[in-house]
Amino acid sequence: MQCSICKEKPATVHLTQIVGDKMQKLDLCEECAKAKGVNDPAGFALADLMLGLGASQEIEQAAGGTEVKCPRCGFTQADFKKSGRLGCSDCYKTFAEGLGGLLKTMHKGTRHIGKAPEALRGARDNADKLKTLQKKLAKAIEGENFEEAAQLRDEIKQLSERSGSPKNLAR
Amino acid sequence: MKDLHEFLISPAETARRHGPHDRIVMSSRVRLARNLRDSSFPGWAKKPERVKILEAIRPAVESLPEMKDCFSEAMDNLGALDKQILVERHLISREHAAKSAGSGLVLNREETFSVMINEEDHLRMQALRPGLQLKQAWNAIDHFDSELEKKLDYAFDGDLGYLTACPTNLGTGIRVSAMLHLPGLVLAEQINPIIQSVNKLGLAVRGLYGEGTEALGNVFQVSNQMTLGENEPMIVERLEKVLSQIIEHEENARQTLLEKKPKTVYNHIGRAYGILANAHSISSKETMNLLSLLRLGVDITLFPGADRALVDELFLTTQPAHLQKQYSDKLTAEERDLIRADMVRERLKNVSRPVIKPSPPSTAN
Repeated sequence: MQCSICKEKPATVHLTQIVGDKMQKLDLCEECAKAKGVNDPAGFALADLMLGLGASQEIEQAAGGTEVKCPRCGFTQADFKKSGRLGCSDCYKTFAEGLGGLLKTMHKGTRHIGKAPEALRGARDNADKLKTLQKKLAKAIEGENFEEAAQLRDEIKQLSERSGSPKNLAR
Repeated sequence: MKDLHEFLISPAETARRHGPHDRIVMSSRVRLARNLRDSSFPGWAKKPERVKILEAIRPAVESLPEMKDCFSEAMDNLGALDKQILVERHLISREHAAKSAGSGLVLNREETFSVMINEEDHLRMQALRPGLQLKQAWNAIDHFDSELEKKLDYAFDGDLGYLTACPTNLGTGIRVSAMLHLPGLVLAEQINPIIQSVNKLGLAVRGLYGEGTEALGNVFQVSNQMTLGENEPMIVERLEKVLSQIIEHEENARQTLLEKKPKTVYNHIGRAYGILANAHSISSKETMNLLSLLRLGVDITLFPGADRALVDELFLTTQPAHLQKQYSDKLTAEERDLIRADMVRERLKNVSRPVIKPSPPSTAN
């Protein structure tokens, strides 16, 4: 097995980290392990390593070899490879495909469930409520509970009228 | 322009601040990363854009009630020594100390809120508390952030949350961390398995000054790694649970060491005292490692009459920038080692050598 960092020497240090139900694996040679501080447990966490390794490759693959450039700030995947940072908030849209997989290995989930700016909070709550109602509606129709379905449909109509156009926030 | 040195709370006063579990937990911190919607992130923005961002954010931060009589400065107006002092006090990151034009710092009077502008993100705001007070720190910074969001247009996405320069901070942008003094676990050689199991829980363990630094003085920083897919209270709670277990392990390790290997403990502490109280030249690193043992000695009452605050104060004042600040001439590292030793000897003059109680009969405790 080859070292995942230098891709030259054989891997002798094997790391496994389980976070929630996900397993992350990393195989390193002696020298790279030392260079990355794997032998110094105080400075080491697997996620720090994973970030530098997987990110740029995934983005590159997602781009299919062609250079993707953020239309707003001009940031490219080569820049991401160099720094591990993005150029602006729009880059999350530009590089969305490649980032998806990366976020999965890095975080507990891929959807934000924490704090939101107050101005958006009401809209987001409504969007969530709308989603649940729509699910209920589908179920009601499936179960041929047409009376309940009619009621749910009215509720959905009311809610979407009240919140204007929630679609841009709902997703 | 305010003078930083006059603004900062004296090390003696800082060391006397208390919080729950401060025998082991030296401090708690919650940091939030935020960015403005229509600007490039600081690492990518050119200098004129960074300056513009700083000019937009700084007055907004200064206007918050928490920031009354604050210290607010552009990083290019701070000297290298002042920046290093801020790092030694954990008020800014080492990365921020390296910034100049287009970056800034706003620090409140009590040093409980510190806002770095144009560090890795446009805004890195943190609430700091002595001892174990993660929830209090989260509540404080949550409120601070809610006030600030009324004045600034944050980059936020319904799915991804707060958008950050580095995808590792995406979502909540939160880093919850505590600084722990763990000499018992280090002496008992249990620290590595503890670090490994903490890592397995998806938390990071780092050294005294964060990412990529060594654990000087047996001080470790434990923090969350994941910021997306969990909400802030869940992250705070998880860290709190893990911390309470680490505290328990540390207390157990100390107890077991004293029962099973009292001579080893007394030897380490006695030697640390001997060197600190008598050395004429000592490096900052050695000082920190020995002060850690002295702190342990105070905790297990080997130094009756000595206060932990004295040790904590020395922990700060013996660090290079704090030491240099007391002298007008530029000192070399060798000169600092001499002055440091003089200072420590002087401050330990009234601390008598460790009192070792005769080992109690085996029935005791």
